[in-house]
Amino acid sequence: MDLQFDDKMPIYLQIMDHIKMDIATEKLKANDKLPSVREMATILKVNPNTLQRAYQELERLGIVYTQRGMGTFVGERKHMIDDLKQEMAKEVIDSFILRMKRLGFSEEEIIASISKNITEVNKHV
Amino acid sequence: MYNVLEAENLSKSYLNKRALQGANLTIQQGKILGLLGPNGSGKTTFLKIAAGILHPSSGKLLIDGQKPGVYTKSIVSYLPDTEYLFKWMKIKDAVQYFKDFYSDFDEKKSFALLEFMKLDANSSVKSLSKGMKEKLKLTLVLSRKAKLYILDEPLGGVDPTAREKILDAIINNFSENSSMIITTHLVNDIERIFDEVAFISDGEIVLQGNAEELRSNKNKSIDELYREVFQ
Repeated sequence: MDLQFDDKMPIYLQIMDHIKMDIATEKLKANDKLPSVREMATILKVNPNTLQRAYQELERLGIVYTQRGMGTFVGERKHMIDDLKQEMAKEVIDSFILRMKRLGFSEEEIIASISKNITEVNKHV
Repeated sequence: MYNVLEAENLSKSYLNKRALQGANLTIQQGKILGLLGPNGSGKTTFLKIAAGILHPSSGKLLIDGQKPGVYTKSIVSYLPDTEYLFKWMKIKDAVQYFKDFYSDFDEKKSFALLEFMKLDANSSVKSLSKGMKEKLKLTLVLSRKAKLYILDEPLGGVDPTAREKILDAIINNFSENSSMIITTHLVNDIERIFDEVAFISDGEIVLQGNAEELRSNKNKSIDELYREVFQ
């Protein structure tokens, strides 16, 4: 697994985000089994308790489910992928807007700069 | 959850030098605690008291509710930061030595760990490099089924690949029924395996907390916090 941690942020949140991203981009599909806590802890070199917490939080949010003795699996809730995409998009946009405002851009300027840059980005993708 | 270790107002003086000055610390079952501080801050003195090698001058320290002694030594697995293996030994002799000493020593596990560490049971101790010696010491200490593991500088002086192996071995062999105290000043390499961290300065615990909460409250890594506390 390719995951670079930013040690300034809680590790369990970053692990949760990573799994959410894999679900949103369908690298992980409904009912896929996640690696065990111990396996993931070894791969990522983090404390097993941290992994446990990430899995528990994901379960509380209904994103994964646990089967006793079997492991943790990706949930199959309707619209989950769309919901996750929306949620992550909102985070990206919110932080973008916040940073643009800090740079002193007005709302119109922010929108204008997106329109201008989106065509340029398109050329490269 | 119960506390495997409780230290209250723990002090230790060597003649006129005060190594510990009223240190307070607790560790819960199933947690890994990082005891962080520069050289001479009192880390090793604290650990030696917990391991039953030194007596405190005042204050108290309890492990599983008991003062350090015969019982606590049977449930504490201690990795000192000094050499204690005899040079004439082969690795397999060192394993036998531990097996004779500790009834909770799991010989099978020790051979599995030796293999993981890529150590040959027939090598002699004096032929081992520093990194290999650290790996051997850790193998012996982790092969006991202890309630509390005390690792004093397990990463000291070993190269990055050996460091990774050592970290993997710690993560793989940690069980929720046991607890660990790990000291280090290489915070960056190891901070992700801590549940709790305690900063020790001049013999006092100046800050203890949950690693994830400290990150989110201070918006800093444990390594950055360390540099801030000990600048």
